[in-house]
Amino acid sequence: MIHRNSLTQLAAGLRAGKFSSVELVRAYLARIEASQPALNAFISVTGAQALEAAHAADRDIAAGRGGALTGVPIAHKDLFCTAGVRTTCGSRMLDSFVSPYDATVVAKLKAAGAVTLGKLNMDEFAMGSSNETSYFGPVRNPWNPEFVPGGSSGGSAAAVAARLVPAATATDTGGSIRQPAALCGITGIKPTYGRVSRYGMIAFASSLDQGGVLTTSAQDAALMLREMAGFDPKDSTSVDAPVPDYVAELEAPLAGLKVGLIKEFLDEGLDRENERRIRDAVAVLERLGASLCEVSLPNLPRSVPVYYVVAPAECSSNLARYDGVRFGHRCKDPRDLQDLYRRSRGEGFGAEVKRRIMTGTYVLSAGYYDAYYLKAQRVRQLIAADFKHAFGEVDVLVGPTSPTAAFRVGAKTADPITMYLNDIYTIGANLAGLPALSVPCGFVEGLPVGLQIVGPHFAEARILNVAHRYQLETDWHLKAPERFS
Amino acid sequence: MSLTRAQIENIAHLARLELEPAEIPVYQESLSRILDLVGDLERADTAGITPMAHPLPGLTQRLRPDEVTEEDRHELYQACAPQVAAGLYLVPKVIE
Repeated sequence: MIHRNSLTQLAAGLRAGKFSSVELVRAYLARIEASQPALNAFISVTGAQALEAAHAADRDIAAGRGGALTGVPIAHKDLFCTAGVRTTCGSRMLDSFVSPYDATVVAKLKAAGAVTLGKLNMDEFAMGSSNETSYFGPVRNPWNPEFVPGGSSGGSAAAVAARLVPAATATDTGGSIRQPAALCGITGIKPTYGRVSRYGMIAFASSLDQGGVLTTSAQDAALMLREMAGFDPKDSTSVDAPVPDYVAELEAPLAGLKVGLIKEFLDEGLDRENERRIRDAVAVLERLGASLCEVSLPNLPRSVPVYYVVAPAECSSNLARYDGVRFGHRCKDPRDLQDLYRRSRGEGFGAEVKRRIMTGTYVLSAGYYDAYYLKAQRVRQLIAADFKHAFGEVDVLVGPTSPTAAFRVGAKTADPITMYLNDIYTIGANLAGLPALSVPCGFVEGLPVGLQIVGPHFAEARILNVAHRYQLETDWHLKAPERFS
Repeated sequence: MSLTRAQIENIAHLARLELEPAEIPVYQESLSRILDLVGDLERADTAGITPMAHPLPGLTQRLRPDEVTEEDRHELYQACAPQVAAGLYLVPKVIE
């Protein structure tokens, strides 16, 4: 039962010679294959390359070489470019796109020795909260396949929850790491904006997008993030600041920690059972020596409207690059250049992506820019100021990750607004560029829910520390769906 | 706020998106509702507030020296293009 090991245990077991990377890779590839009809978590499985890399990893381990993750199997959200491997971003537009280069995150994890098993399903261009907008079909929640895994990193979350990989990369623009982590009962961290390179991460909304990771525990997330984070001259928004040893800082005691419970998140939209799990989790932190207070961030309820101006505006600009000329889908027999653009884009993008592009085009169009975009960026400033003020009083902020546990496949596809409101508690951290994570904190009617922990800029070590201490006291993160345990 | 059919057609034109006739009323409805949702921002008092230009306070876009750092790899990069000839991307004729 090799898959019951955490990433940390697998890395240690490989170094100690308990098992080989080839054994691990074979075991996980078999699990992926068996799960695919039920979960649809993967878009591409790169078994042959993975076995080749595993053999090389075993040779490195035998020779005493290798990095922190040598031989450990992982998988990437299909939004990270992988040289020589199809990179689709969940879209027909990139159905046959084979990236000529590796994203920095992919290259760094490769350099640390991790072995990639494949590319994970996701909402098209990361636009969605249920993984139902993927051109490659919806992903199912391993806890109950009639329910969604969350999104946009739904494939990454389902794969980690079903123990198909011990860790998966993911990205978070408005909650796309934390919300699926909560809905699948796993741990997911979105680092500070600029902490992880966005080079080779297919762009959605550039002032919000940030790469991160999904794992079963905060300890594993710390191990992955330590390898992924750091300055990259190829990303002009990458921050040139040293990366702490997140693993070494996990154990610090929580005595004296000031925890603020976000008042605005305990609103009428929050499921009452979910609220009880959050209050239970906060009580655990108090038992560990943290002091608790309620904190108000009065502008935070405007996160969703701000986001649905800023994100579509940036998306409409970023996705202008898909023109049917240099890469991606091209329509058949274009009449002229305009027809080539219009039909290639009309055919290549799905309904939700088109909706966001059109929303963005509208709010940026002549005469509306001030009323929508500038106004939203002003309110965004107020939200960021609320967080800054709160962090003058407390060390970390906590609250629910998502208003409810997972919902049924198809339940919210008819109404985009209902879908958008799923991210009501996660968007704030993106708007303010803050690090935030979700840890499993219990179940509501058999489905997991998550506790969100938000820290000040570059306080990844602190929020991972709080999550780890919480996980030493609780065992929610050790629970796996029965049919995949 | 209610967008007209003509407005949706204009937005789709600006975004260079070909829409099926059946898609137009769907986007008319959903975009109108999204604009209602974001219309709430009007009520926020933002007098004297500077629009946020970067998620990290005090940081601005970094510049690099204007030096050639990439080698010519156009064949590799054009391998994923729909239509290429003699190192050029092919598109329908623009000028008659």
